Amino acid sequence: MNVLHLLTEIEKHDPEVYGRLDSRRTAMRQFAGIGKKLAAAAVPVAFGSMFRKAYGQTTLTVLEVLNYALTLEYLEAEFYTTALAKSGLIPAGASVSAIQTISTHETQHVAFLRTAITAAGGMPVAKPTFDFSGGSGSGTGPFKDAFNSYQLFLAVAQTLEDTGVRAYKGQAPNLLGKGDVLTAALNIHSVEARHASHVRQMNRAAGFAPTVKPWITGDDPGLGTNNALVAANYAGEGTVSQATINITNIGGQMISSGAASESFDEPLSRDQVLVIIKPFIKA
Amino acid sequence: MKSSMTTKPGGTLEAGLPRPMHRRNFLRYAGVSVLGTGLLAAACTKDDPNPLTYGETVNLGSGDIGILNYAYALEQLEAAFYIQVIQTQYSGITAAETALLTDIRDHEVAHREFFKAALGISAIGGLTPDFSKINFSSRESVLATAKTFEDLGVSAYNGAGRYLTSADYLTIAGKIVSVEARHAAYIRNLISNGSFANSEVVDANGLDVVRTPTEVIILAQPFVRNTIDATNLPIA
Repeated sequence: MNVLHLLTEIEKHDPEVYGRLDSRRTAMRQFAGIGKKLAAAAVPVAFGSMFRKAYGQTTLTVLEVLNYALTLEYLEAEFYTTALAKSGLIPAGASVSAIQTISTHETQHVAFLRTAITAAGGMPVAKPTFDFSGGSGSGTGPFKDAFNSYQLFLAVAQTLEDTGVRAYKGQAPNLLGKGDVLTAALNIHSVEARHASHVRQMNRAAGFAPTVKPWITGDDPGLGTNNALVAANYAGEGTVSQATINITNIGGQMISSGAASESFDEPLSRDQVLVIIKPFIKA
Repeated sequence: MKSSMTTKPGGTLEAGLPRPMHRRNFLRYAGVSVLGTGLLAAACTKDDPNPLTYGETVNLGSGDIGILNYAYALEQLEAAFYIQVIQTQYSGITAAETALLTDIRDHEVAHREFFKAALGISAIGGLTPDFSKINFSSRESVLATAKTFEDLGVSAYNGAGRYLTSADYLTIAGKIVSVEARHAAYIRNLISNGSFANSEVVDANGLDVVRTPTEVIILAQPFVRNTIDATNLPIA
């Protein structure tokens, strides 16, 4: 296998490949080093690992996927139970009723995943101690008023739901061919998407984000002044190319780039998600 | 496409590649995904598959291609429905509803066109919808049908995922199904605020509805003049 030739070919299709790999020179130096140090048979393995790093892909076992999902569900479940326990935070009526519905589902997901992990012969991970301020345990992070300000609460809720959708989506390939486990993960994934859609509608109805839609346009969080706080959660959502097919104006249809980005939600790798949620876990 | 590459019918190119290069992104950037192959193949043939004649039976095919055609069939129906919804808007429609239903129309058209391009010469033809039971001037009739289509779409993608053998296709299906779920939640709230994820669609484990292709086709068939034959799909 001619690795350097392959890299040149990739560059034609992805001009940013060297950006992803650090730099062209570093990449070439690394490849040259790999070629010298390793037997030919080991080159594809080293090559694959470089690309996993570059494109944020890691192969996880089923139990790793389930425990990762459980950690995210712990986070969501405790976020909502804490909010519902805070009197006066969520307006009575339809708002509190909707958050109650979502909270119930997240608690059900925790129980379901713990059962599934045990049934698969694994050990469910313990619930971390959370810091919903996003301060890594200091309690003074940027979201410290999430349980005092309804607007900030809904901003965090929307971001958590949209990120949950991306996180499950990113694990689907790791569950390829895994039958019931894949189906269950997909069934949770679409429930999270229903939640995300609803919280976005709540943000719009409350006037906090008057133009936000139930779906994600470009890589815009749709949270106005809170956008900067959650930009990483939406990075990459704006893509309009799917499996090398450009969706904008596809097939001669009038599909705007905004609609093209909305019509496909994008995954996040576990590594990307862990970086995003790290500030919410007490070290 | 690369003459050295071969694709199993309904299979993937991945089996012929060294294991570390199975990565979805690698395939995408190397331009050798099956989806890419389909697109190029399409470019070599006629621009448009022949529209199917009234009543003609449509065989979705087998393997991953069959599942993609199954999705393509559902997206054709959804797109045709929302095109009509926007052309003949129901009485009392609000500006916000028009804007968001137009978005949904565009999403479904994008999904339809994506599958058509990705499937290339393997794509089924254009289905002839039967919307004679829908009263497009009635908000109630339109939204009830929209809810049926969206919930059906979510359950169909959720049910079909396990039968895909390609990680590329599974990821694409995942990217689409969550958008359908966003639509479903919006439509449900238009009918009854707060019903975005009620017990009709989410069970006591917090899981969404899943349907087999057979179950989905039974529910979709009344909206299509052609007969959809799903018997060659990985499960019937």
